[in-house]
Amino acid sequence: MRGTLRELVRYPSALAGLAILAFLVGISVYALVAIPYPEAVRLWSGGEAAWPRNPRNARPEWLNWLWGGRLPRTLVVHSPRVPARERDLGSGVREVQFDLPFEYRYRRFPTEVAVFVYADYQEQAPQLELSWRTPTGSELRLADLTPRRQDIYRLSADAELRRNLGGAPEQMLFSTADRPGEAVPGRYTLTVRAFLFEPGSSVRAELVVYGEVYGLAGTDHLRRDLLLPLLWGTPIALAFGLLAAVGSSLSTLLIAAVGAWYGGWVDGLIQRITEVNLILPGLPILIMIGTLYSRSLWVILGAVILLGIFGGGIKTYRALFLQVKEAPYVEAARAYGVGNLRMVAVYLVPRAIPVLLPQFVTLIPGFVFLEATLALLGLGDPVLPTWGKVIEDAYRAGALYVGYTYWVLEPAFMLMLSGLAFTLLGFALDRVFNPRLREL
Amino acid sequence: MRGDPLLAARGLATWYELRRWGFLHQGWVRAVDGVSFQLAEGEAVAVVGESGCGKSTLAKTLLGLVRPLRGEVWFEGRRLGGADDWRWYRRRVGYVQQDPYGALPPFMSVRRILEEPLVVNGVSSPSKRRARVVEALEAVQLVPPEEFLPRFPHMLSGGQQQRLVVARATLLGPRLLVADEPVSMLDASVRAEVLQLLRSLQQSHRLSVVYITHDLSTVRHFCERVLVMYAGKLVEQAQVTDLLREPKHPYTQALLAAIPDPDPENARRLRPVPPGEPPSLVRPPEGCRFHPRCPAAIPGVCDRREPPDFEVGAGHVAACWLYEGARTVTAAPAVEGGGSP
Repeated sequence: MRGTLRELVRYPSALAGLAILAFLVGISVYALVAIPYPEAVRLWSGGEAAWPRNPRNARPEWLNWLWGGRLPRTLVVHSPRVPARERDLGSGVREVQFDLPFEYRYRRFPTEVAVFVYADYQEQAPQLELSWRTPTGSELRLADLTPRRQDIYRLSADAELRRNLGGAPEQMLFSTADRPGEAVPGRYTLTVRAFLFEPGSSVRAELVVYGEVYGLAGTDHLRRDLLLPLLWGTPIALAFGLLAAVGSSLSTLLIAAVGAWYGGWVDGLIQRITEVNLILPGLPILIMIGTLYSRSLWVILGAVILLGIFGGGIKTYRALFLQVKEAPYVEAARAYGVGNLRMVAVYLVPRAIPVLLPQFVTLIPGFVFLEATLALLGLGDPVLPTWGKVIEDAYRAGALYVGYTYWVLEPAFMLMLSGLAFTLLGFALDRVFNPRLREL
Repeated sequence: MRGDPLLAARGLATWYELRRWGFLHQGWVRAVDGVSFQLAEGEAVAVVGESGCGKSTLAKTLLGLVRPLRGEVWFEGRRLGGADDWRWYRRRVGYVQQDPYGALPPFMSVRRILEEPLVVNGVSSPSKRRARVVEALEAVQLVPPEEFLPRFPHMLSGGQQQRLVVARATLLGPRLLVADEPVSMLDASVRAEVLQLLRSLQQSHRLSVVYITHDLSTVRHFCERVLVMYAGKLVEQAQVTDLLREPKHPYTQALLAAIPDPDPENARRLRPVPPGEPPSLVRPPEGCRFHPRCPAAIPGVCDRREPPDFEVGAGHVAACWLYEGARTVTAAPAVEGGGSP
């Protein structure tokens, strides 16, 4: 084993494969430690509510290097702790006013504008007046509202405002009549004037100007940070691929060895089951299980393993074991009293390891891709953030037609990376073990 | 023969079934067909005969790897009947195979290879196992043992491999060693060394040995007695010296004539070779199995009736009608040809 490892590192492809694999494992460990499972599930399946301040369908931030920093980032402006002005209007009514100023530096429009309002009151909600001041000095009354305790006022979705402005608010508010297609950089201010009707009540506000870029990986149509499924998808993909490959190939190996060793009806039965199983189409069965029974990743994993146990590998291994069975050392072992079970486990199976190992390693990405395929067919796990789910969402949203290439390419890149790692490693293992294969 | 026999075979018959489509009975391959002999403690006996005469099947039957269809095997006065008997017996028999490299699992180290028989036979203490392994390596002169323990079979030379096989075969302290052509795949230089090792082990441990070979020239160094086998039957049994000096059975005579002599005259001389090939073991000839090739066959006798064992000298037995006058040793073997059991 140590010798194999030493021989393995002589191949650059193996080193590259191991490096990528180490990277993926590192990501997995980080994901599992930094984002605990319940948190990951909450963030992923909580939808938009979990990420209200994220822009929708934002590209990854690093794309700004290519775009020369022209893509606007999301700006969040908090209301000051102490209101700029507070006036008692008598009979318990107070007027509070504060500004939410911000510097807008882009020529492109923001994608959305929203005001998050936090009102603290007993019975009577405060009344708010929002107004907008542009760098050119023009002032505009946006809306009057009576917020609930926690409320989001989305300017972009306000139909009345849209009508008044004669266009999409996030564009009209940032441009001037003479240059309608371009945002005017400069200092903008949102002024909130609130009328409070209760002695203890107060109001805070938060202005969010949504940009076009977000984080390392961007966001999807539900404002979810794509970094989450990319990170968390790694351990899931590795575990799924590894377990499926281990489960199916080890059991295949054992069953083939048992069949070859005992022969007779045992072998016949195993061969017939395998032949029947080989004609059964796996994907439709998985689709049926996913549709009718459960879409849980672990159920699907179990089904994949079960379908893989009596796979084509049995035929290959059986041919190998039939040969090994006749080897003089097996006869010698029988002569010194090795029983059937020990014979299969200690004398037959190790002989197949050199054949199994490279095959096994190249088998893993196949299962990783299978998980993505199932997700794309709508059979992905309903709660787990996986690469396949990201691709499915992107596909449903027509991401490539709309120009959100990052949405498809990022999970595809991760899939490719894991495939590459195992393939490079598998090829190198094959070359290490091949000279020994000739001895069989 | 000295004392009580360690091993006795009586009318041993090992037939392989031929089947059509995997289940229809089609016939039997009578690889061993009515073999009786005895082996005393500490005695080395050679089984000689040409390829395909059933020598290896006899070896496998004697090892319990193949169950005889009929006949009995007695060992230390105990009849081997059920699976328990055979299991008991296997621990007392060592097996040295023909191909030393094939006989060693390539994925096990020398240490594992030698520990396996101990593990299987219930020696559970690792330190005891190690002591036995080291002892066994020293006994076959694979020294220093520490150097050999971690090696794998492919790192050993042919002679070392065969010595390892011998070490494994003698590890459990057997009473009987079955050596199936132990030197035929080795270089001539190594052959003598391995044979000498076997001989010295045999003498120091009072081992009985069944030495199976097609090479009469190695029999001389090694064995006291020779069994000549032809087409599944023993045709002649004798002390080595008697057999070599005075072969009785025409087949033995032909076999001995075929031993190459280092004589330059040979180049100009054509040796008489029995015509034809060894007979089919599925449908052996009626009567004496050698009669179609026998230069001395008596028409009307040899092709009709199977010859019993005639005692042609002291401890010299030949199954041939030429010696019809002599006393028969045993009744003709229990197995008469034909039919299924």
